[in-house]
Amino acid sequence: MISVKHLVKHYRVHTRPPGLGAAVRSVFRRNYRAVPAVDDISFEIAAGERVGFLGPNGAGKTTTLKMLAGLLHPTSGEAIVAGHRPAARERDFLRSIMLVTGQKQQLLWDLPPSETFELNRAIYDVPREEFRRTVDELTELLDLAPLLGKPTRQLSLGERMKCELAAALLHRPKVLFLDEPTIGLDVTMQAGVRTFIKDYNERHGATVLLTSHYMDDVAALCPRVIVIDQGHLTYDGALDDLVREIQPEKRVTLRLSNPVSRADLDSLGGRVLSQDDAQAQLQVDGPSLRALVAQALARLPVADLTVEDPPLEEVLAGLFARSRAAAAVGRE
Amino acid sequence: MSAAVAQAAAAPPRERTATRIVRALPSLFRVGFASAIAYRAEFLVWVLATNMPLVMLVLWTAVAREAPVGRFGEAQFVAYFLATLIVRMLTGSWVVWELNFEIRQGTIGMKLLRPIHPLIVYATDNLAAMPLRALVSLPVAVLALWWVGHGQLASDPVLWLVAPVAIVGAWAMTFCATSFIGTLGFFWDSSMSLFQLWLGFFFVFSGYILPLELLPSWLYAVVRWLPFRYLLSFPVEAMLGLVDREGALVALGIQWAYVAVFLALALWTWKRGLARYSAFGG
Repeated sequence: MISVKHLVKHYRVHTRPPGLGAAVRSVFRRNYRAVPAVDDISFEIAAGERVGFLGPNGAGKTTTLKMLAGLLHPTSGEAIVAGHRPAARERDFLRSIMLVTGQKQQLLWDLPPSETFELNRAIYDVPREEFRRTVDELTELLDLAPLLGKPTRQLSLGERMKCELAAALLHRPKVLFLDEPTIGLDVTMQAGVRTFIKDYNERHGATVLLTSHYMDDVAALCPRVIVIDQGHLTYDGALDDLVREIQPEKRVTLRLSNPVSRADLDSLGGRVLSQDDAQAQLQVDGPSLRALVAQALARLPVADLTVEDPPLEEVLAGLFARSRAAAAVGRE
Repeated sequence: MSAAVAQAAAAPPRERTATRIVRALPSLFRVGFASAIAYRAEFLVWVLATNMPLVMLVLWTAVAREAPVGRFGEAQFVAYFLATLIVRMLTGSWVVWELNFEIRQGTIGMKLLRPIHPLIVYATDNLAAMPLRALVSLPVAVLALWWVGHGQLASDPVLWLVAPVAIVGAWAMTFCATSFIGTLGFFWDSSMSLFQLWLGFFFVFSGYILPLELLPSWLYAVVRWLPFRYLLSFPVEAMLGLVDREGALVALGIQWAYVAVFLALALWTWKRGLARYSAFGG
């Protein structure tokens, strides 16, 4: 459904040194330099996949999404989305995709969301019967009924995002690009949006490419992740494999019925991350996990015990550190 | 060509784009009208900002009280500036502000995602506000008829046919010319300063602050070929019979030629600008 081959995007940026003289000179002669935002990335995404597109700020995620949505022209390389070259912006392509971004909206600000829905129905030429069915379905899934008649400007951020998603999906796009769709939303609303995206993907077999700084979004939605850093693709594969590869250790949290000493915790064999009277957290490599858990249950007053992977944020930080170190070695 | 692209290219031809656009128009107009009603404060400010002809009416009638200026006495000035007010209200366009804002903010990206040319959406938005404008301008027109009498209006039925076409042409010219200036925002941060320059020429050479025939004859001869006359003065001249039948038909031809030129320029800069915008990032 999405095929990206050696995609490159360089921005041409005007530069000038500080000072009045340089400002005056720049009126007559401008200096530009090319800033690489995306540098030779390639990947394939099959129909119906949900893929997380991850990277730190400025990594090139949004630039890539905009190229795939036809808003930016690549400097070089090729992208094919739903059988079309996005840069050509053919009508059938635009009907097949949608880009939803948490930071910019398509809802008409002073009118109720139902007016934007009607506008999109007309623009996407959705038959009225199909439109009614889709609106009913989305209204039920997203609990939109109380929101449809209120002017958009009077809706909360979370309510707006729900309506934004509904407006984006009225024409049933086959490919959905989501750029930080949960930004600024509270935890409950984030969970609601996640559930909805997953549901839409499963019901309609849509392909979803998602960027988010909330790793809970990625963990809940994306079995596969593509990681980009400084314009380069640094990982493409299963999320579980990424965790195992970068942070193979497990995190064990012990809820204690009585306080224990630091020495008792050290003697279990793992690395103690935190400790207080009621709880302790340790990190241990995979093969030693079983022994550590057995020891803890046998020797300490454990009321409850959980074993988790390290947080995804730490896994990604580890990946970025590793790829940057490799790039530095490459430059030397 | 990859297999996927070849497959898409081999797909059966779809309905004509024009048919789909025509089918979308009623909804575009309906939503545009709803927006025009929602922006009540903005609309009121716009109406108040269009009152310049009334100011000019007071000034020029005061001047004409002493002695007529050319063929313009008090009654003629009243009729002229009321007609100017009506034409201005029916032909104004704010697309240049919208384009400039949306290009600079990057919000135009949301319009670009939709499978319809954004200029069509701007145009329907503009036209959808027309009933509200008419609500303001039509009572003025009726009042003007009652006040200045039939004597000031064109008596030639051909001019009565020309006048509405000239008003539509003036709107189309205004929309296309300001769209052209607005799309320059893709290339140039200071496109609004060009619009200010345009506005300056418009005020003087469109007949907005004085009837063009009161200009020195050499300047009037030049102004007849500039676009500004066809944005305002020409429809007013047709309404009031200030132009003869032959002159009106020639002017109508020139006006619609300008519409075609500005439309071509707007579409060309849009296409080039979009490629550049896409190259630089929005």
